[in-house]
Amino acid sequence: MTQPQTELMTSSTGTEPMIVAENVEKWYDNNFHVLRGVSMTVTKGEVVVVMGPSGSGKSTFIRTFNALESYQKGSITVDGIKISHDLKNIDAIRREVGMVFQQFNLFPHLTVLQNVTLSPIWVRRWPKAKAEEVAMQLLERVGILSQAQKFPGQLSGGQQQRVAIARALAMQPKIMLFDEPTSALDPEMVREVLDVMRTLASSGMTMVCVTHEVGFAREVADRVVLMADGLLVEEGTPDEFFSNPKEDRTKKFLSQILH
Amino acid sequence: MTTAPPTLSSSRPPADQVGAIAWFRKNLFSSWFSTLLTVVLGLLLVRTLTGFLTWATTTAKWAVIPANLPLFFVGRYPVAQYWRIWAIVAILATLSGLSWGILSRNMPKLFDRNILIGFGVAAAIAVLLPTPVLYRILLLAFLGLVLASAWIGRIVGRRMPQFGQWLSPAWLLSLLVVWWLIAGGIGLPWVQTNDWGGLMLTMFMSVSSILLCFPLGILLALGRQSKLPILRWVAIAFIEVIRGVPLITLLFVGAYMVPLFLPGGIRLNQLLLAIISLTLFSAAYLAENVRGGLQSVPRGQAEAANALGLNTFLATILIVLPQALKVSIPTIVGQFISLVQDTTLVGLLGSFEMLGISRSVLANPSFIGRYAEVYLFIGVIYWVLCYAMSLGSRRLEKQLNTTY
Repeated sequence: MTQPQTELMTSSTGTEPMIVAENVEKWYDNNFHVLRGVSMTVTKGEVVVVMGPSGSGKSTFIRTFNALESYQKGSITVDGIKISHDLKNIDAIRREVGMVFQQFNLFPHLTVLQNVTLSPIWVRRWPKAKAEEVAMQLLERVGILSQAQKFPGQLSGGQQQRVAIARALAMQPKIMLFDEPTSALDPEMVREVLDVMRTLASSGMTMVCVTHEVGFAREVADRVVLMADGLLVEEGTPDEFFSNPKEDRTKKFLSQILH
Repeated sequence: MTTAPPTLSSSRPPADQVGAIAWFRKNLFSSWFSTLLTVVLGLLLVRTLTGFLTWATTTAKWAVIPANLPLFFVGRYPVAQYWRIWAIVAILATLSGLSWGILSRNMPKLFDRNILIGFGVAAAIAVLLPTPVLYRILLLAFLGLVLASAWIGRIVGRRMPQFGQWLSPAWLLSLLVVWWLIAGGIGLPWVQTNDWGGLMLTMFMSVSSILLCFPLGILLALGRQSKLPILRWVAIAFIEVIRGVPLITLLFVGAYMVPLFLPGGIRLNQLLLAIISLTLFSAAYLAENVRGGLQSVPRGQAEAANALGLNTFLATILIVLPQALKVSIPTIVGQFISLVQDTTLVGLLGSFEMLGISRSVLANPSFIGRYAEVYLFIGVIYWVLCYAMSLGSRRLEKQLNTTY
């Protein structure tokens, strides 16, 4: 880390709400009721880990925060901007919310550096030199600096995911969403990605992570949430959640993932 | 867990598994049936080849080709203006050389063996062509020009990589210059489109239609995927109507019916109508090729672009379309090759492109019955054109390949 990114580092966990979701309901086109009234508030600098069995709607839920998924009932406010049903403020919100995907989704026809500078240049309208300078800092931060001129296809999965994190950070977002960032990785590459996420969390970034990495959740999360069947079943501090779960559904889920 | 091999065997496969003899045995004589097939087909091939060579060296009267060479290449373009065509060839040779040199500046070798062989063959053909000595010297000079400008392009490209940005504008500008040189105006005498012909006209129609149908085809493909119903319906209707009609019908409609509908007195140029028909026809097919490419780009790509704040337009232009086009290069170039060959249909309508001019040559009493010679000749020219395009597309694919 050469220069601290001042915008990313200010303030620790506070009470200022960054994401307020209230009774969010969503139906897929085939009338499947995927979100059945989910409410959650994420405050500034907070790290929330969302867990749950597959099909529980957890990915869909966090994808509503940057309007990659629409919803039909309830309300979501991100950084004070309400995500309206006709998706009017979509661009403003997406500028402030970075997202990291399970499948990395790097742009294969662009170099690593171009992947990271694309959005700052086209959306933030930064001059190329400035975008590249910031990109190089970020790449150094995630430990990929030497690969800047390579194409994504030449990197390992762990490296690709770290580039994806740098790419999202290049927009200097206020919130980062992680959608199962380590699920598509070979086991030996999980750690390098989690390390980057740990550093990011300690820098004060507001983060919502869908992940099944219990170690990461215990160590980094301020709050752990369980979703099942489109509902928020239980939430609590990592200690409460893992050591002393209240709901049967949580106990069952934990017994399944903790072997 | 690695176990060492029990013995260090020799580093080559057994001798009877490699080399020419092994190849023959494996591919041609692996069983009694394949041996039989090899012998029968081999005999047939030899008979056909000797038959052709006998005809080509004894019966065929090749005089028809050199006697009409200018017609095959430029039709009835006025002889006094031939220099303009040579100037065009010179411009294109220089630009191709420069582009080649600049684009392959990072390759270890500029002139590899295959390219040298190709140029050797081209030079031999240029020397042996039955044309005035001046033309042969010019052709050789142009070949040299390509090589020289490639070499210069490589040096310039290495010193100043930003020079590559000027290639596309240079090509666009050259199109205008070429158009001006062919047609005339601004200080040059006009040459009516009726006097354009031969290979030059074939190339003119092909290049114009390719350049026009490419953006149109992309727009149609995007329109067909659009969320706006009106746009989508228009695109679908256009594509399906055009694809349901044979090109020759479309050409007839353009040539004979459109003039009837136009208010009296307005007469559109026949060549223009033909180019429009070819463009619309190819665009419909191209749109479907591009649509295939668009569908092959994973949804996550557009999602990632959106999540970064890029709107739909930017996500399409910067992320989805480049990947879609890269995937569709082979089919798009295939469409362009068909387009070059489809220009022959315009010849059937009375235009003097290469096929049309051949038909008029064959109608000349002194060359009656020389079908085989003439059609073989223009067939070879079409083949060279199309093969060059497919070679180019393979190079482009290699250049754009970023998956390892």
